[in-house]
Amino acid sequence: MNTSAPDIASVWTLLETVVDPEIPVLTVADLGIIRDVHLIENGVEVVITPTYSGCPAMNMIEVQIMAALKGAGYQDVRIKTVLSPAWTTDWITEEGMAKLEKFGIAPPRKNQEFPNCPQCGSPHTKLLSQFGSTACKSLWQCQECKEPFDHFKCH
Amino acid sequence: MNQTASPSLFQFVLYMADNCLVLGHRLGEWCGHGPVLEQDIAMTNISLDLIGQARLYYQYAAELEGKGRTEDDLAYLRSEREYTNALLVELPNGDFAHTIARQFLFDAWHLPFLKTLLASPDQGLRDIAGKAVKEATYHLKWSSEWVLRLGDGTEESQLRMQVALDEAWMYRLELLMPAPFEQRLIDAGVLAGPEEIREEWEQTIADTIREATLTTPDDPAVQTGGKTGVHTEHLGHMLADLQYMQRAYPGLEW
Repeated sequence: MNTSAPDIASVWTLLETVVDPEIPVLTVADLGIIRDVHLIENGVEVVITPTYSGCPAMNMIEVQIMAALKGAGYQDVRIKTVLSPAWTTDWITEEGMAKLEKFGIAPPRKNQEFPNCPQCGSPHTKLLSQFGSTACKSLWQCQECKEPFDHFKCH
Repeated sequence: MNQTASPSLFQFVLYMADNCLVLGHRLGEWCGHGPVLEQDIAMTNISLDLIGQARLYYQYAAELEGKGRTEDDLAYLRSEREYTNALLVELPNGDFAHTIARQFLFDAWHLPFLKTLLASPDQGLRDIAGKAVKEATYHLKWSSEWVLRLGDGTEESQLRMQVALDEAWMYRLELLMPAPFEQRLIDAGVLAGPEEIREEWEQTIADTIREATLTTPDDPAVQTGGKTGVHTEHLGHMLADLQYMQRAYPGLEW
C-alpha cells in the first residue's frame, strides 16, 4: 500500500510495469502513449492517447493501467483519452526501439526506406504487405536470411 | 460558432461516422474470405481503422448532441433512414475487384477531404482528422496499388476491375456534393467547399485509371440519396446484421 503522499515519479514507475498486450516487450511508457500524469484528491489522473484509431489493445491497456495503480493503493484512478496531438512513432523511446528490434520487430526509423532485418541485420528486405498482424505493423521479408518479419510502421 | 452550427455539425459528424462504420463493416465481412492471407489481413486492418474512426465520430456526435445518447446508441439504434452515409460505402463487396473499386473511390475522396478538416475551426473535427489522415494515407496507397495490379494484370483481372469500376462509378460524386447540413457548415466556414479537393480527387482517379490501363467510364449518371437517408436496398440488410444483438437484447454488454 502506498501510505506516504503520492508523487508523480512513483506513478511513472508503476506505468513502466504496464506492457502493451500485443507487443509485451514494450511498456506504455516506451510507446509514448502516456501524455501526462496529474495527482488528484485521493488518486491520480493519467492522460493517454491512442496509437491507431481502432487499436483494440487500447481498452486492455486502460484496464491494465487502472489495475496497476489501484493495486498500488491509489483509490481514485481516472484515465483521460486525448486525440490531439496525434500519436506518432517519434514518441517511442530509444529504449523502446531497441527492445522492439531484440524482440524481432524492425523498429520505425525515419529516413529508412527498407528496414533492416531484425534477425540477421541485412538491409536487403522487401515489403510483403503494408498490413501486418496488428494495425501498427507491416509485413516484410529478408532477402538474405529469407525470414519474414514485422516492421513497426513509421506513423 | 458552435451555438449556431451545432445541429448541422452533429449531422455532419454522424455522416462521417456512418461512412466509416458502414465501410468498415463491409470490409469486416471479408474476414476469413480474403483472396490471400495478406489481403484478408489488409482488409480487416483497414476495417479496424475505419471502425475506430467511426467510434471517435460517434463519441463526438453524442457529446455535441448532449442528450445522453452514447456512441453505441447512435450506431446500434438508428434505423436505415436515419443513417446518412454515402451510397458508395454500402455497396456489397462483390468480387475482390468490386471491393477495390469501392475502396479506391472512397479513399481518393477521404484523404484530401480529411486534409481540409485539419484546417477546420472546429477543434473536435481537427483532432479526429489528425488521427484519421495518417490511416487514410495507407488506405489509398493500398487500394490504388490494387487498381493498378488488377487493371494492368491478366486479361481476367483487367476485365473484372473495369466492370467493377464501371459499376461503382455513378456513386462516386455523391461524396463531393454537399448535403444541406454540409452546405450550412461550408457557409459558416466550418467545412471547406468541394472545390477545395475536386482537382486532387479527379487527378488521383484519372492518374490511377490511366496507369492501370483501364478506361474511364463514360456513364454520366450520378446516383445520390444516402446523405439524406435514402439508401440502396443493401443497407437495411447490413444493419439488420450489425444491429441484431442490440435490437434483440437491448442493453446487452459483453
